Amino acid sequence: MDLKAVNEILSQFPEERGNLIGILHEVQNYFSYLPEAELRYISKKIDIPITQIYSVANFYNRFSLAPKGNNQICVCMGTACHVKGSEKIMNELQEKLQIQKGETTEDLLFSLDEVRCIGACGLAPAVVVNEDTHGLVKPKMVGKILSKYKP
Amino acid sequence: MNAKNNDSIVISVCTGTGGVATGGYKVIDAFKEELAKINSTAKVGPRTHKVGCRGFCAKDVLVDVDINGEVSTYQHVTADKAREIVSSHVIGKEPVNKWMVKEDYHNFHDKQQKLVLADCGKINPESIDEYLAIGGYESLKKALSMDPEEIIDTIKKAGLRGRGGGGFPTGIKWESCRNAKGNPKYVLCNADEGDPGAFMDRSIVEGHPNLMLEGMIIGAIAIGSSEGYVYIRAEYPLAVDRLRLALDQAREHNFLGENILGSDFSFDIKIVLGAGAFVCGESTALMTSIEDKPGEPRPKYVHTTDKGLWGKPSNLNNVETWANVPMIIEKGADWYASIGTEKSKGTKIFSLVGKINNTGLVEVPMGITLREIIYDIGGGIPKKKEFKAVQTGGPSGGCLPVSFLDKPVDYENLYEAGSMMGSGGMVVLDEDSCMVDVSRYFLDFCKDEGCGQCTPCREGVAQMVRILTEITEGKGSLAHIDMLEELAQMIQDASLCALGTSAPNPVLSTLMYFRDEYKAHVVDKKCPAGVCRNLTTFIIDEDLCTGCTLCARNCPAGAIYGEKKEPHFIEQDKCTKCRVCYDSCKFNAVKKG
Repeated sequence: MDLKAVNEILSQFPEERGNLIGILHEVQNYFSYLPEAELRYISKKIDIPITQIYSVANFYNRFSLAPKGNNQICVCMGTACHVKGSEKIMNELQEKLQIQKGETTEDLLFSLDEVRCIGACGLAPAVVVNEDTHGLVKPKMVGKILSKYKP
Repeated sequence: MNAKNNDSIVISVCTGTGGVATGGYKVIDAFKEELAKINSTAKVGPRTHKVGCRGFCAKDVLVDVDINGEVSTYQHVTADKAREIVSSHVIGKEPVNKWMVKEDYHNFHDKQQKLVLADCGKINPESIDEYLAIGGYESLKKALSMDPEEIIDTIKKAGLRGRGGGGFPTGIKWESCRNAKGNPKYVLCNADEGDPGAFMDRSIVEGHPNLMLEGMIIGAIAIGSSEGYVYIRAEYPLAVDRLRLALDQAREHNFLGENILGSDFSFDIKIVLGAGAFVCGESTALMTSIEDKPGEPRPKYVHTTDKGLWGKPSNLNNVETWANVPMIIEKGADWYASIGTEKSKGTKIFSLVGKINNTGLVEVPMGITLREIIYDIGGGIPKKKEFKAVQTGGPSGGCLPVSFLDKPVDYENLYEAGSMMGSGGMVVLDEDSCMVDVSRYFLDFCKDEGCGQCTPCREGVAQMVRILTEITEGKGSLAHIDMLEELAQMIQDASLCALGTSAPNPVLSTLMYFRDEYKAHVVDKKCPAGVCRNLTTFIIDEDLCTGCTLCARNCPAGAIYGEKKEPHFIEQDKCTKCRVCYDSCKFNAVKKG
């Protein structure tokens, strides 16, 4: 267990209620997922039952209990993207990466998810990789986008 | 480049999400680099600054070049173009006309009435000083000198209604919260803008976060609150960063904190990040989420203004509502009430997306017609296609057909038409959009995003999705349509929260206005729009085909054959109905049937 990292994350939050989701975001950012041992430790430190933490971790789409890829691809499935063909982009990504949405490649290089509207409707269809937003994506462009993130 | 230059030069580069995604930061760097080479003797040297979104993201990166007060706007700017603009326009005084915005940009802006978005895209959202320079936080100062009741009265008289969905009168909500028993009282901002196709709140937070904060602080004075929360989507990282910065700067200026501006009023705001749950935009779910729990809605027999967050009186408004408050305090209730219709006052920001030429954010007075929004501002439908419907109000809204184009847009009219204002998403659909598919999309959205607590929504919506999927796959019958209507009624009557009760709206409104299209799917087994794969065939019209080979080259299945300059044909067994040929043909020779 990476105690140092967890303690550092916890130290950023004042000891008061209303911080659980914020803490889980930081843990997820650091580890790329929510590891069980760390969650049990956090549960003791902030005095919230592990069952409650687990239900929160399960409820929200952003949290994952399994490791994610180094590069997280999110295909926007908002209405504007839907009517402009985001499904074709998703199919192309699934084909190229040989995984289904919600999965991670074996080499842990990419994980593929759909996201419910990132509000970049002017750029529909849009794909977010890590922090980068790629707009007006065509199926043909998928290979080129992926190659940017390969080592 | 060493010639003396005493011009005042200001370059404003759009750095909203749209601007950043299309290379806004590279453009800024290029401008800074080039401007640094100018030997300026002006009082204030040439500068490049970031501004928020001005709504027309399809033209990004948008850049304003202001030389001695004369402003020219450039579209689709890249780093290379930026260098050229500096050498020709800034130094050589020859504007590069070919890269300037065209008539469509002016049409897009001229018919709008920008009040909330007036300064978005003009000032740097990361600098509170720029807001202060144009009179920022003066409304807060004025509010501190007013009685709380007087503030509430002003908001009531102005007729401001919630911009997040229901359209509840804001002043009445504030009054209920002020009069509720219990302390502390919470002032909350809903920045969990989850409706797909709506991004006005994101643009306000990214482009002018201080406006919304000022509104919240004024609300806190009126309600008698000392603690506030902004619940914002984690999917909007840029907005979160700018909001954090704005909060820090507001604290430095003592607009937040203890004894604000020397008064006995203290108030501070915390940020809570959402984590990707649409239902958290519902008021009680949002509050449950702040309380470290899964965002499950609560029954509303007790109003949240009496018992909300942590069981205390809480007042929740969304970003756009809060952003309307400072101007009402500044200019007065009568001025505000003079804009809009009898029951819907002020302006509303819509995000105009989908099959529309000018995609973007538009702020218009309430009461404008859909036709003015879609054709005058939006520039109509691309590729000369026919308008079919406009979907308003997000997953809870409905689809309005062509007969509503000339109706004034306000809360009442949209509701009567079977849709709703919602947060202001406006998705334009053309002849190539299938209404059954669109309904299935929204129902599927609600199915995934429902919290799972109550059976009508959890099971009923899932069942409706199954029925709609069967229809789109060609397995439907007329009985499917009856079942849809029956289920929809039950879900509306029996669900716990608004996500459930409004989930059937897209199906009901499309059944009301586009029943023939459903019938075509179940009786004729055809999808008139050519979207549902099992119900569509594509054929090439031999008379129109010029044999340009474009479709054959683009076909991913290799299903199109033909000699150059000879009519082509599609081998139906191989065709995957992907529509690439239909979309790419320049001669309209590919027909759907």
